[in-house]
Amino acid sequence: MQNDNLVEIEQLAFGYGSRAILKSINLTAKRGQVVAIMGNSGCGKTTLLRLIGGQLKPNQGVVRVAGEAVGELDQAGLYRLRRKMGMLFQFGALFTDMSVFDNVAFQLREHTDLPEDAIRDLVLMKLHAVGLRGAAQLMPGELSGGMARRVALARAIALEPMLVLYDEPFAGLDPIALGVTGNLIRRLTDTLGLTSIVVTHDIHESLKIVDYIYFIADGVIVAEGTADEIRASGLPFVHQFVQGEADGPVPFHYPAPPYADDLRLGGRGA
Amino acid sequence: MLRQAIENLGNRTIQGIWRMGFAVRFFVTILLHSGTAFSRFGLTIRELYFSGVLSLIIILVSGLFVGMVLGLQGYETLQTYGAEESLGILVALSLVRELGPVVAALLFASRAGSAITAEIGLMKATEQLSAMEMMAIDPIARVVAPRFWAGVISMPLLAALFSAMGIFGGYLVGVQLIGVDEGAFWSQMQNAVDFERDILNGVIKSVVFGVAITAIALFEGYDAPPTAEGVSGATTRTVVTSSLAVLALDFVLTAFMFRGLN
Repeated sequence: MQNDNLVEIEQLAFGYGSRAILKSINLTAKRGQVVAIMGNSGCGKTTLLRLIGGQLKPNQGVVRVAGEAVGELDQAGLYRLRRKMGMLFQFGALFTDMSVFDNVAFQLREHTDLPEDAIRDLVLMKLHAVGLRGAAQLMPGELSGGMARRVALARAIALEPMLVLYDEPFAGLDPIALGVTGNLIRRLTDTLGLTSIVVTHDIHESLKIVDYIYFIADGVIVAEGTADEIRASGLPFVHQFVQGEADGPVPFHYPAPPYADDLRLGGRGA
Repeated sequence: MLRQAIENLGNRTIQGIWRMGFAVRFFVTILLHSGTAFSRFGLTIRELYFSGVLSLIIILVSGLFVGMVLGLQGYETLQTYGAEESLGILVALSLVRELGPVVAALLFASRAGSAITAEIGLMKATEQLSAMEMMAIDPIARVVAPRFWAGVISMPLLAALFSAMGIFGGYLVGVQLIGVDEGAFWSQMQNAVDFERDILNGVIKSVVFGVAITAIALFEGYDAPPTAEGVSGATTRTVVTSSLAVLALDFVLTAFMFRGLN
């Protein structure tokens, strides 16, 4: 019987050298859901995404995608699994020496033996889905940030994957592009039957489109729930995040010695 | 103070050894993943255009001028001994044995090596290589190996063209301008230049230089920190390291090839 959870993460720990980034993460993403992973900058969200995609190996715990322990796969196994995954990078990561059309066609040409006519139709369909069929012959340098993100999304779904990972898909977008991208993630997830994991710190856009949200702080999950549960949450961390308050459980100041000591004000009064 | 200095020295040494080990591993990985570069030779041909064809202008023009200077300087020296008819030998041997492979390699390192490093470094900084990995496409096989083999193939061809242009430059100055006997210029050259000892050794040198320059350029690009400073530093290191490698390798190869000859 097919497991309802496409992604399962248990007791995951990861760090660079002695610096622990993720300490004990437990997380699941059900098939067909849009799941958001949120937290302030530098909390390990992107690291978590790379662990799911197999670009990093966990120090402890396990990451399972479609029942396979990603960290234990060899390169061939990992590549087999990745053919069923798509990833949208923060700034698109489009191949700058290829046109929009060739970017989207890239995986189809590399991984299938489809004739060029069929590839053309498929590429145009994917580009139409993100509203950029008319931009097929443009080069990446001619696109705005939002358009580049949409082309990257079309490229990520070119092989109709079961899982799409999004790394900060809303970063640096204007309000219109933000709404368009959010709606596309929701619509493509529903129409193509994907599972989407979105790493972001844009709480307001995320609450509109996601099924479930996890909050990470200090390397652990500090809160989780549906969009409604998160809105109603009384947890100080979630409250600070939703309201965008500068200070709270997440301090405004980076840890430092006392201010007066740094300014050498201690002995002046004497 | 002294302890700190020793610690720093130790750290730098360990880092240097680690980096060298990584470079050797990277080189072996390129060789092991070279299948695509030949099974889909179109990828390698595309890179041949970028590193080979686009380097033609600088190689041909430099070759011409180096040959012309050799013609002038050679004539000046040879006429002292009344041996100006041997100008063809001097120009040809200087070029096919040494100047062709070495100067073409130094120009190749500056023109194509730096471009390869910058391109790979920027592809890494903009996550294009990561994107390729996430698409289940091996960037070493798809991006790195074709560039490596294109460099290895184009280097001896560029060196040969450099030498040919140099000889033509020497002919222009020596024969057309100064008036050395044309028949003597070409016939003495034909008699003195040996295919195996001179031309083949020159080709072997340029193949070795091609391997060294391209491998260094690719490694520096692949290992560059993903920042503007990282890529610019890597590009500089490519030119400096590969130029020094060419000169050092040239000495070693020359010692093996020409020691005890003549």
